[in-house]
Amino acid sequence: MLEIGLAHYLTVAAILFTLGIFGIFLNRKNVIIILMSVELMLLAVNINMVAFSTHLQDLVGQVFAVFILTVAAAEAAIGLAILVVYFRNRGSIAVEDINMMKG
Amino acid sequence: MEIAIVFLPLIGALISGFLGSRIGDKAAMYTTSALLIVSAVLSGFTLYDVAYQGNARVTELFTWIDSGTFEVSWALKVDTLTAVMLCVVTGVSAVVHVYSIGYMHHDKSKPRFFAYLSMFTFFMLTLVTADNFVQMFFGWEGVGVASYLLIGFWYDRPSACAAAIKAFLVNRVGDVGFALGIAGAFFIFGSASFDQVFGEVPNHADSSFVFLGIEGHAMTIICILLFIGAMGKSAQLGLHTWLPDAMEGPTPVSALIHAATMVTAGVFMVCRLSPMFEYAPIALELVTYVGAITCFFAATIGICQNDIKRVIAYSTCSQLGYMFFAAGVSAYEASIFHLSTHATFKALLFLGAGSVIHAMSDEQDMRRMGGLWKKIPVTYIYMWIGSLALAGIPFFSGYFSKDMIIEAAYGAHNGHGLFAYWMGVAAAFLTALYSWRLILMTFHGKPKMDRKTWDHVHESPLVMTVPLVALALGACFLGWLGFNDFVGADRQEFWRGAIYVLPGTDPIEAAHHVPTWVKMMPLIAGFGGVAVAYLAYWLVPSLPHLAATKLRAVYLLFLNKWYFDELYDRIFVRPAMVLGRKLWKTGDGAVIDGFGPDGIAATTVDMSKRASWLQSGYVYHYAFAMLIGVVVLVTWYLLSRAGG
Repeated sequence: MLEIGLAHYLTVAAILFTLGIFGIFLNRKNVIIILMSVELMLLAVNINMVAFSTHLQDLVGQVFAVFILTVAAAEAAIGLAILVVYFRNRGSIAVEDINMMKG
Repeated sequence: MEIAIVFLPLIGALISGFLGSRIGDKAAMYTTSALLIVSAVLSGFTLYDVAYQGNARVTELFTWIDSGTFEVSWALKVDTLTAVMLCVVTGVSAVVHVYSIGYMHHDKSKPRFFAYLSMFTFFMLTLVTADNFVQMFFGWEGVGVASYLLIGFWYDRPSACAAAIKAFLVNRVGDVGFALGIAGAFFIFGSASFDQVFGEVPNHADSSFVFLGIEGHAMTIICILLFIGAMGKSAQLGLHTWLPDAMEGPTPVSALIHAATMVTAGVFMVCRLSPMFEYAPIALELVTYVGAITCFFAATIGICQNDIKRVIAYSTCSQLGYMFFAAGVSAYEASIFHLSTHATFKALLFLGAGSVIHAMSDEQDMRRMGGLWKKIPVTYIYMWIGSLALAGIPFFSGYFSKDMIIEAAYGAHNGHGLFAYWMGVAAAFLTALYSWRLILMTFHGKPKMDRKTWDHVHESPLVMTVPLVALALGACFLGWLGFNDFVGADRQEFWRGAIYVLPGTDPIEAAHHVPTWVKMMPLIAGFGGVAVAYLAYWLVPSLPHLAATKLRAVYLLFLNKWYFDELYDRIFVRPAMVLGRKLWKTGDGAVIDGFGPDGIAATTVDMSKRASWLQSGYVYHYAFAMLIGVVVLVTWYLLSRAGG
């Protein structure tokens, strides 16, 4: 029987994090997917936090995980609100169209 | 007194130049003219005081430059030579000022014209009163500037601007020689003051320069350099090309600057520096040859020109040649004598020509004139007097001075003197020929202008004809009056050492004892010229045309001024243009601009284009860059930790 250890948690977290990164960079369609990917990355970090917390017998990691969840929730809310306003102004939230900062 | 003479014209120039628009045209004209007349009267007194009372003096005004061993004062040196020049300059200038009141009355910018005229007079007076080389150079350059401004007075005519620039540039060539000569004199004598230099000359008669390993006789080199300056200013062969073009200026300017005064500055300079030239026999020989060739060469051109002012301009050039070869054979007194008489009759001719041009509604081509004598009799008489004097017809002033020069050249009894003698005789013939050609073409024959011009022909107002009386009297009697003092028995008492001739040589004395045929030659040549002119332009009008076709090559050579302009165009102007264009395109355009301002600007634009290409505006590009950055940093951190 396979013992689930720290390495497994970290591997899962790394896979999730990488998925998040690729979600940001390979996605050409929708800004919401970028937001979701950011969320995914935060969750990967959370898994890391909790895993190390258990491993090191230190609760501070789990406390931080709760904080990160809160921040992620707030960020998601603000991000979606910006997107709504942005869509109202420009009529599109396709990633290709969002290049107003082009020099 | 000499302070007033020199500075009154300057005051006039300042008033007219700076206050002209406030005090009005009339006030400006009358102020400058009145000041000039005062100056001329004072000059007369000065001449009496200096030449007959023997009060030659140097008035020191202030120290100008005091640097190390080089000290120059601003001083007015008045001896007989200067006093004669003062009279000539202020006299002609006063006449020209008054004449210009009438001549310029159509012109819009009269105060400017009178300011320039007075300014010119001031500079000319500083030149002739200079007691050192530097002050002379100051006046020398000043008259150059005034000449430039006045030739280009009608600045809306491109030809006038071109002529002004040409005059200025050709004079620069001479001025370089003059400046080098001054530097050489300072190097040898350690002073720029005339009195000190002249005192030192005999001690340095055999000094030599070593330049680039070549040793040369110092006095010869200095004098030749100074003479190059004189050639430029006095329009001698080689540097003469600016003078005919300078006729683009208003006619009073031609009379004052390009006939009577400025162009004689070179002659004056050689005479003033006679103590130096006397110790440089080779330089004197060069002066003789250049003068003799110029006097013949310019006269040949004069007989083929059709512009009335150009004929007189070449005549001036030719007469200056006479003055130079007189100086070259050490007959400086004769040279200055001819300078004075020439100033009167040449200014008279020019102002008469101005009167003709004025009457002809600004037509200058003699082929379109003719038959004018009935309509403008006063001008006609003036032109006759001027021509009689110029051609050296007996008892007019030119006869005394020119014959003196020609005889002195023979009396010098050396090779170059004899050469100058024959050139002078030939030129005397040509002088009479072109003078009468001018008179016959302009005043006689059938009128060749259109009806409207003919009806408009009118005698000039009194303000233009009356001042010429002074010049006409000079042209009639100056030679007769001055002969004894200038070159006759009383010359020692008159000049009082202002001119130095080596002991033992006295061409003036020799001139009085030449054979009779020598004395008769210029006279015969003069009458011959008049006769030929009457034959060709009165009795047999087809003759000039026949001569022009038979001797086509010679005619074209003379008509095109011996192709000097074309030659210079090929040798100097065009290569200079090509060089300038090259320097402009490659030197300035490609190198300096390319690496300088243009290059920097282009690089900046290029760099910012690249930088802005980085700013795609896509958030994920920025995020990717951030990620790469983090990865690099972490990798570096780990590797360096592992290594360290």
